[in-house]
Amino acid sequence: MATDTGTADSETLATEDGVRRRDFINIAAVSAAGAGAVITLVPLVSQMAPSKDVLAESTTEVDLTPIKPGQAIKAMFRKQPLFVRNLTAKEIAAANAVPLSDLRDPQSLEERTKDGKLNWLITMGVCTHLGCVPLGAGEGENRGEFGGYFCPCHGSQYDTAARIRKGPAPKNLEVPEYKFETDTKIVVG
Amino acid sequence: MSFPWAQHYQPKAPFMRWLDEKLPLPRLVYNAIGGGYPVPRNLNYAWNFGVLAGFCLVLQIVTGVILAMHYAPNALVAFDSTEHIMRDVNWGWLMRYAHANGASAFFVVVYLHIFRGFFYGSYKAPREMVWLLGVTIFLLMMATAFMGYVLPWGQMSFWGAKVITGLFGAIPFVGEPLQIWLLGGFAPDNAALNRFFSLHFLLPFVIAGVIILHIWALHIPGSSNPTGVEVKSESDTVPFHPYYTAKDGFGLGVFLILYCAFLFFMPNALGHPDNYIPANPMATPAHIVPEWYFWPYYAILRAFTADFFFVPAKLMGVMAMFSSILVWFFLPWLDRSPVRSGHYRPTFRKFFWVLVIDLLVLGYCGGSPAEEPFVMISQIATAYYFLHFLVIIPLVSAFERPEPLPFSITEAVLGSDKKAVLGENTTPAT
Ligand code: HEM
Ligand code: FES
Repeated sequence: MATDTGTADSETLATEDGVRRRDFINIAAVSAAGAGAVITLVPLVSQMAPSKDVLAESTTEVDLTPIKPGQAIKAMFRKQPLFVRNLTAKEIAAANAVPLSDLRDPQSLEERTKDGKLNWLITMGVCTHLGCVPLGAGEGENRGEFGGYFCPCHGSQYDTAARIRKGPAPKNLEVPEYKFETDTKIVVG
Repeated sequence: MSFPWAQHYQPKAPFMRWLDEKLPLPRLVYNAIGGGYPVPRNLNYAWNFGVLAGFCLVLQIVTGVILAMHYAPNALVAFDSTEHIMRDVNWGWLMRYAHANGASAFFVVVYLHIFRGFFYGSYKAPREMVWLLGVTIFLLMMATAFMGYVLPWGQMSFWGAKVITGLFGAIPFVGEPLQIWLLGGFAPDNAALNRFFSLHFLLPFVIAGVIILHIWALHIPGSSNPTGVEVKSESDTVPFHPYYTAKDGFGLGVFLILYCAFLFFMPNALGHPDNYIPANPMATPAHIVPEWYFWPYYAILRAFTADFFFVPAKLMGVMAMFSSILVWFFLPWLDRSPVRSGHYRPTFRKFFWVLVIDLLVLGYCGGSPAEEPFVMISQIATAYYFLHFLVIIPLVSAFERPEPLPFSITEAVLGSDKKAVLGENTTPAT
């Protein structure tokens, strides 16, 4: 550390272990400049994070009355599709018949729905693989081998509880935060 | 520059002498791509692609800067402004088609340039740095092309952006916040489009900078050649100008004929019709594919359908996809054979062609839907791809018996050592 600065008195000021008084100024100056440079990175990096308008709490209301058992609709939540499905008794039974140990992301239908509303399956319509919109919410769309949703992008298959059963996706379709405002209306977000 | 017999720059005009003293830029050009750069006399047409890649970059920058004069990077109007370029702007259709097909042409040329390197062992010492910088350029090109494809804000643009940024979501712990940070939102939208435009404008100039380093590093040992035998004496070389300026000029002519055939007669052949549908966040196209030049990597990404030990399938696919190019960085140390050129390596040569076929198969699968038999074929081809670089190349370089090398480049060309004389084969005008 104690390299000679070339001035005559640096020699005389050197203490026994080779530390000079000027070293303090060097270290202090470089550290201050370094800390300043690092702090400057904060705005440079965080300007890329979502802006206030994007973050502004957006909630979506969905009216459940028109959705008959066996039907589903696509709503929009935070600029992404939301699947709202009214399960039939058969679909509920199919979901409950699967042992949790068979699942990649073990969750029961009960955990994925609200108390006493086992038939209302509300999930994001975003495949957990790379984010495509799976098929199956629209009338007549391919619902895959497990009767839930099928993602055409890389072939992920979801069951009637929208749980991942086959293909590259690692997780079940996400259940967003929502609550029942009335028996026929939910508020998501 | 590199060899003692290189010709010296001697400005004749008084102005050039004056300039040479103040700013020796013409001297730099003369020594880099003029008479002052001695080049092996036996380069074949595989050595044309570097200059062609440089041409493509200039083409992309010129057409791109023009497009940027008319394009509006806002999610509400981006699609319409692209159609405005196509229909209303004078010659706008030409600029856009030239840019979109220019990107494809750029990748064709760069792939051939890279495979020239694979076959002739150009990545070996003393040219490792040239190779490493080249792989860096390729990665930057991929990023540039990906972000450019998002700009027209069609269905493929939108879903391509979603799927590719979704790759980052696979990274454990930081993945999801990282993806949101990259996009500036929960899904691709205006924030993402704007930053992609800004970076798409910037990166080509970064590429130009790395190309300067690439050529600088190349000019220290000088170009390799089809025999892979290093230059020994002056008779092994000819000056870059006029010999290779002429040869590259001819190659450029052939390239332009093929490029113009696409540009004027089938400008949409390499594109995807779904990108003429405006972006719709609510509906995924039935079959998402990237541009053709990304197909092999896309096939590798999709080849992982089941968890691998404790690594989730998605993360495996992403890691494999990135590794498939990162492995090229290690090639100079994986291939330990002292012989460079595939001409003298009988076993290596065969595996080289198997790799070419393997990549074509991967490309074909990457462009096909994610169904059987393509998934299984991609799995086999992906396994072979990594086997080639990590096992076959090191083993072949350890056990192969190369064929005898010529003593020198001159001997390989003429059967004797003889100096090349400028114009020796021309007949005097009658
Ligand atoms: C490495 C060089 C480059 C590559 C590989 C590249 C690639 C691409 C690609 C694939 C597209 C989409 C074309 C389409 O489907 O319509 C595109 C669009 C665009 N690029 Fe580039 N580009 C490059 C350089 C540049 C530069 C230097 C600029 C501006 C300074 C630029 C400006 C644009 C603009 C404004 C668009 C949107 C208009 C359109 O879609 O045609 N590009 N680029
Ligand atoms: S995005 Fe759904 S399977 Fe890949």
